[in-house]
Amino acid sequence: MALAQNISTVDDGLKSELGKKGIVVTTLNELYNWGRRSSIWPMQFGLACCAIEMIATACARYDIARFGAELFRASPRQSDLMIVAGTVTKKMAPNVVRLYNQMAEPKYVITMGACAIAGGPFIDGVNVLRGIDRYIPVDVHLPGCPPRPEALLYGLMELQKKIDGQTIETTEWYQKGLKREFPIPEYGPKGLIPKFNPEIWNPREEDHRRERYGQPILIGKKTKAPNLDAPPAAPRPVPAPAATAPTSPAAS
Amino acid sequence: MEKTFAVKNLSLVDNQTLEINIGPQHPSTHGVFRMNVVLDGETIVSLKPVMGYLHRNHEQIAENMSYTSSMPYTDRLDYFNSMSNNFGYALTVEKLANIDVPEKAEYIRVIMAELTRLVNHVAVIGFLLNDLGAFFTPVLYAFREREKILDIFEDISGARMMCNYFRFGGVKRDLPAGVLDTIKDVVKKFPSFLEEFEALLTKNEILCMRCQNVGVLKPELAISAGITGPMLRASGVNYDIRKIDNYSIYKRFDFKIPLGQKGDVFDRYYVRILEMRESLKILEQALKDFPTSGDIISKKMTPYLKNFRNFKPPVGEAYARVECPKGELGFYVVSDGTPQPWRYHVRAPSLINLTILEDLCIGHKVADAIIILGSVDIVLGEVDH
Ligand code: SF4
Repeated sequence: MALAQNISTVDDGLKSELGKKGIVVTTLNELYNWGRRSSIWPMQFGLACCAIEMIATACARYDIARFGAELFRASPRQSDLMIVAGTVTKKMAPNVVRLYNQMAEPKYVITMGACAIAGGPFIDGVNVLRGIDRYIPVDVHLPGCPPRPEALLYGLMELQKKIDGQTIETTEWYQKGLKREFPIPEYGPKGLIPKFNPEIWNPREEDHRRERYGQPILIGKKTKAPNLDAPPAAPRPVPAPAATAPTSPAAS
Repeated sequence: MEKTFAVKNLSLVDNQTLEINIGPQHPSTHGVFRMNVVLDGETIVSLKPVMGYLHRNHEQIAENMSYTSSMPYTDRLDYFNSMSNNFGYALTVEKLANIDVPEKAEYIRVIMAELTRLVNHVAVIGFLLNDLGAFFTPVLYAFREREKILDIFEDISGARMMCNYFRFGGVKRDLPAGVLDTIKDVVKKFPSFLEEFEALLTKNEILCMRCQNVGVLKPELAISAGITGPMLRASGVNYDIRKIDNYSIYKRFDFKIPLGQKGDVFDRYYVRILEMRESLKILEQALKDFPTSGDIISKKMTPYLKNFRNFKPPVGEAYARVECPKGELGFYVVSDGTPQPWRYHVRAPSLINLTILEDLCIGHKVADAIIILGSVDIVLGEVDH
């Protein structure tokens, strides 16, 4: 049975006029979203450096409680929001996806910091996942390394705006038969299998990075170890100031 | 539970053991750390730490970039005390390339390192109490003080946490006007905070009951396992690299090294409080003799501030260490005369202090394991570097 679309609206002028007299007029949708947006419970879940800033946001000075999100829950079953704060390594990624699957609908994700968005400073690491959005849908990205607590508050407000825009009729988790399970990657011999979840994320079709940023500087692979035992005065293949004898405190 | 492992001494254990996983997502594991615990009732029979959830290839990345470029990566090792990590790395490369540090820079460095110690210890004690069950309130107090010091860091370096302030042969920029007064102010007010903290905690009966005689670390074991930092000193071993190596200008300051007697969790807590008081002493002396003028970076290194890829230390190796708030933080760098190091290794105190976790926990209850872990003071960025 298809529900009729709710198209009734309240005139804003009338609403404020009534508000002056102490009468509140609202729609069910607004009331419902107001309740949801003012009590987002994040999951107490820190991965790396950014988690410290997340804790700092929860503390007295920045006080995330002003936005109703102070109740950090340790269990995914009780939380609405996952703040992925920190580097997601390939060993940790399956756990993050599993935790996300365990959260109850409706659920939101904020990625905090460059690492969670795209690998950040550690993108070259073989063990670092280049962005958690390859496996789970992300609502708000917060760039920074680490983002300041104000940035996290801003991200939370953006998320609240997003919640305000959702209606009971169209948002998918109010519909029947919704089942959102994201496949959990497995740690194979060459990194994670699958490499990404094609329903959520796909690699860019054409790669413009080379035109934009130029040829990457390739560092030749070093194969020859330096000869540390050579007497300091001996001539060396590298142009070192040969006269300065105590170049290396080798006996440290 | 993906992995099971054989329990030694099966005769002791009976068949009634239960194997559980604590972590990696657990509020008390200080990040992503997993403990594989075998329980008999509620008593821990064996404990296996599982690390590597935050392995970020720090060493390999540093070997592929110039010396100065890996300075910001050292910030992210132990993200509570970025300045101490910078300090260790800067010392190592200075040793490698024979760089002198001007007087004023040395003072700035010492002040920063000691402020970092305050930040770290305050936060650790907050989290320790959090693990004890005083949920979040002590952390509020701790972070209140931390924010004051972070403000100083922000004025000086431009970033709250990841300061990236040290350079080889000095520091990045001079102290802005007025910061010294702020530091003096913070140093002056800090003891009253410590007293407030202590009045609430040190003689608190619950704290004493939970912490005393829990997780006793014998000095012999501590020495043979290579434990350093407040953990070692809580066991009564007088070992502080600030005194032993006399690196930087620590020789000029008059401070004591607090030692514990028993080596239990309470001693580890109390040694940290006393260490903060000593740090304040150092800070006061350093602020008093702070030179008003002078260079902040050695002349030799000034040209490399912009063109750091031209910086090529001579062939050789160097190991330098600092007393970072968690223990001995050492860097080992081998240069082959090119702009990138040939080998770069970090001796991370958190990792080595964590190795004896099983010895501390066996025979205690699960709840004690959590506070023992809290008193070891780990930061996962450093454990898994
Ligand atoms: S973005 Fe920066 S601060 Fe955040 S986890 Fe990554 S390295 Fe750490």
